[in-house]
Amino acid sequence: MQQFTYTVNDPLGIHARPAGIIAKMAKPYADTTITITKGDKTVKASQLMKLMSLAVKNGDEVVVAAEGPAEAEAIAAMKKFFEENL
Amino acid sequence: MILMQGKGVSKGVVKGKLYFYERPSTTIERTEVTDIEAEKARLAEAQEKSIAQLEVLAEKCREEAGDESAILFETHAMFVEDEDYVECIMDTLDEEQCNVEYAVSVAGDQFAAMFAAMEDAYMQARAADIKDVTRRLLNNLMGIPEGGIDSDEPVILAADDLAPSETIQMDKSKILAFATQGGSGNSHTAILARTMGIPAICGLGDSLKKEYNGRLAYVDGTDGTVILDPDELILNALRTKFEEQEARKELLKSMKGKEDVTLDGKKVNVYCNIGSPDDLDAVIANDGQGIGLFRSEFLYLAANDYPSEEEQFKAYKAAAVAMNGKRVIIRTLDIGADKQVDYFNLHKEENPAMGLRAVRICLNRPEIFRTQLRALYRASAFGKIAIMFPMITSVWEVKECKRACQSVMQELTKEGIPYNPDTEIGIMIETPSSVFIADELAKLVDFFSVGTNDLTQYTLACDRQCNDLGKFYDPHHPAVLRALKMAADAAHAAGIWIGICGELGADLDLLPTFLAIGIDELSVSPSAVLPLRAELRKSIAQTCTLDLLKS
Repeated sequence: MQQFTYTVNDPLGIHARPAGIIAKMAKPYADTTITITKGDKTVKASQLMKLMSLAVKNGDEVVVAAEGPAEAEAIAAMKKFFEENL
Repeated sequence: MILMQGKGVSKGVVKGKLYFYERPSTTIERTEVTDIEAEKARLAEAQEKSIAQLEVLAEKCREEAGDESAILFETHAMFVEDEDYVECIMDTLDEEQCNVEYAVSVAGDQFAAMFAAMEDAYMQARAADIKDVTRRLLNNLMGIPEGGIDSDEPVILAADDLAPSETIQMDKSKILAFATQGGSGNSHTAILARTMGIPAICGLGDSLKKEYNGRLAYVDGTDGTVILDPDELILNALRTKFEEQEARKELLKSMKGKEDVTLDGKKVNVYCNIGSPDDLDAVIANDGQGIGLFRSEFLYLAANDYPSEEEQFKAYKAAAVAMNGKRVIIRTLDIGADKQVDYFNLHKEENPAMGLRAVRICLNRPEIFRTQLRALYRASAFGKIAIMFPMITSVWEVKECKRACQSVMQELTKEGIPYNPDTEIGIMIETPSSVFIADELAKLVDFFSVGTNDLTQYTLACDRQCNDLGKFYDPHHPAVLRALKMAADAAHAAGIWIGICGELGADLDLLPTFLAIGIDELSVSPSAVLPLRAELRKSIAQTCTLDLLKS
């Protein structure tokens, strides 16, 4: 498993649009499970509504993790997206 | 031959199929179903159709408004297939052995409630997205067409009456004309039709029958008639009218690019009234020299919840950019009276025309006002925006509006967001009280714009929505015209300009009176710009008289 911790720096947090993009990005990695954790709640990155229901706000810390055959590639893509957009 | 007589409220002659507007039913019935697999197949089909529609919308949005708004529709498309949402639908189907419509509405309610219960205001607002997606799925399941009109070719839209919230969602490119049983010349259907430049007839009553659905009809907006199976005589008359109409269109085309000036050199700004950024194309096509009235209500009417600052900003910016430096006067929200919005939770009033409406709502609920003003000032950095407040009756109201503008400007300065500090501020003159104190009001603002529909209603004590008042509701009444002159004199004494943005502005019979009064701007439906210009260019301002101000 690979993972990184990220502090969100976006006034709206992980709102509908970035959540939509994250869920879309997660789709092709069918055999690799990508999860996002805030506090004690963990959701799959592909679960758009659940991901939004985490209500990740500006300044919140999240853990993004990937497990499976393409975990290195998946985690790199996620890291790049978070750093550039959130 | 069947001849139906109503009141022509927007001119023009067209031929087309009558299409009766069906109100989408909002209640979902639960029924027992034995073949659950068939229901699941229906769901899959509706999902596929919904996603295809959303992709088309996203594509259209990307071309017109850029990536940001397109992503919203793409997100909606993902909601349609969301694992948990679909799982919830499937579980309900399996457990309850019910129809798929019911299962979808259960999932929609459940997820919307989940978002609505969140603390974050932004997330709460996403409940509207879930509802929107759920509605789309249900419409596709029940065969309710998108945009309300299930026809490949444009039709004559027939209905009992149409609410603004209904017309706003319709696909306008599919409407040739309106024909309604109720309504009046000042109803929103009438105003919409004039904006679109298509014929409209209202007040047809029981003569307009549902069984005529699908039949070929002729609509004559000048005479106010709808005709089925015309005889030879009528058909020839209609043909002649149609030819005249086409010839007139040609003449008007020659008016494009010409200046709005009388023979003796009096310049009048001819602007347009619009209801949403969708109308901008019509403004440009008809060579409007600015926007004299941008009704911001569409943003509120089309939504399930208060529109965000960002949404509003985009709409205002679109108008500012499209008009390319020409003046764009945006009226702050004019909700209340005949335009009701559920989420405002306004009390039902006995007499809403005199109730909590327009600027009164804004002054009572500063947070709504502030959001709109912030969006307006942000848009002011992209063109020549002017802000106009409706339903003013007192000096203190104007002062309070201006204070709200000041505080929004201070906020934006602090946040480093660009805006134009010299954005013009104006008020609507549409109450008798604003006419009586026009001299004091004129010192506080940059311009006046007369809303003749409301001014007539309040001056003559005639409800403009009422079908029966007919001859009593007379916008040519000398009292209304004298009120106009009083306001104009006060404006000019204070060195500011005055326009008319009500329906009367396009009334060519009154143009000489307006010229005599010294009206500086006339804001009319886009389709009325060129006829007005043609008339203006034939007029001589110096010889115009105030005769009509006497009874």
